[in-house]
Amino acid sequence: MAPMKVYGWVLSPWMLRVLVCLEEVGAEYEVVPMSRSGGDHRRPEHLARNPFGEIPVLEDGDLTLYQSRAIARYILRKYKPELLGLGEDGTLEEAAMVDVWVDVEAHQIENTLMPILLNCIVNKFIGRDRDQAAVDESVQKLEKLLAVYETRLSGSKYLAGDRISFADLSHFSCMRHFIVTEYAGVIDAYPHVKAWWEALLARPSVKKVMAGIPPDFGFGSGNAP
Amino acid sequence: MAPAKVFGPAMSTNVARVLVCLEEVGAEYEIVNIDFGTMEHKSPDHLKRNPFGQIPAFQDGDLYLFESRAIGKYILRKYKTTNNDLLPEGNLQEAAMVDVWTEVEAHQYNPAISPIVYECVINPAMRGIPPNQKIVDESVEKLKKVLEVYESRLSKSAYLAGDFVSFADLSHFPYTFYFMTTPYAKLFESYPHVKAWWDRLAARPSVKKLAANMAARA
Repeated sequence: MAPMKVYGWVLSPWMLRVLVCLEEVGAEYEVVPMSRSGGDHRRPEHLARNPFGEIPVLEDGDLTLYQSRAIARYILRKYKPELLGLGEDGTLEEAAMVDVWVDVEAHQIENTLMPILLNCIVNKFIGRDRDQAAVDESVQKLEKLLAVYETRLSGSKYLAGDRISFADLSHFSCMRHFIVTEYAGVIDAYPHVKAWWEALLARPSVKKVMAGIPPDFGFGSGNAP
Repeated sequence: MAPAKVFGPAMSTNVARVLVCLEEVGAEYEIVNIDFGTMEHKSPDHLKRNPFGQIPAFQDGDLYLFESRAIGKYILRKYKTTNNDLLPEGNLQEAAMVDVWTEVEAHQYNPAISPIVYECVINPAMRGIPPNQKIVDESVEKLKKVLEVYESRLSKSAYLAGDFVSFADLSHFPYTFYFMTTPYAKLFESYPHVKAWWDRLAARPSVKKLAANMAARA
């Protein structure tokens, strides 16, 4: 069986989501590096894989998938469905809670963290001024969200229940870069969130992926995608 | 078994995403309105159901859920039969394609179409605010690019995930329904396979039933 192929630049948060899941299930895969600045994602051969011209893309045999959460779900369903609350010892309730918290990350956390990441990490490298008002607004929103997470994680060890799931792993993407901004200390006020985040960071899959990803999207070393 | 409860206005797009799943599986449910006018969505009672203070929220026995797509999937998993499986998780490839197009709806289609719905339908009806034409025009251009991809996809299969209808298709119902009440509905005529797909969805008994209720208030 040929290893799965993941197309994209490893410095993308959406690529991280897929890589963490591949490492978590121990699947064989290879990364096919693409160049963002070289416009690889807009070339016909990539549009044939993903007509929306985005990364990551997964190839597994003759199956080609895109959208990082769809790719991640496929990998987990194939190798470790329990991480989706499915499979033999999954329950309807657990599967539902996984879906709930994956969507919370997608619809609440990601668009709150992105302005912080763009302004605090990326903008200085691409010649854009930092929009402090946007950062302040996002930090305020984040604190409200973290208060909800604190309540949730006071009641269970992980987001969907007492065992780790895709819901937790999915948060790694944007949080990975958030923790190197000057606002990282915001989570200190939420002890259960902090403990949950540290438990994630301690996982071998997460450590391995972190080791390959510079915190500044590669801009500092001149290796931006 | 007490009927499931859906909290939120029946005509709300994200509530309708849940209702169409309930109708498809024929489950018993009741709708409990949440009054935004009195900030009921931020009341302690509602925050217990959805700590982010949004709608829909859903209750099935002791289980409380939120996020409309998560709720929809729970319903489809719980009530699936061999003849009615809109979330074919037993087949890896089919399940993957359903997930891809569910994500595409959330991250490509919705961001293009929902501003048009907010500006042309929701803001005028609910808040007395006229459409911001600049936002509408920009969104129409974005939507055209998305529909080009959909046209290509739907030229190859009757539905988004393949030749079977799935949650991925149904997830498009609420915002597309309201879009079709705007003058921009004719945009779909430039994409004949997309138009034909929408017509097939609109002909489903579940969709017809909900659309009748939503049209009364649109």
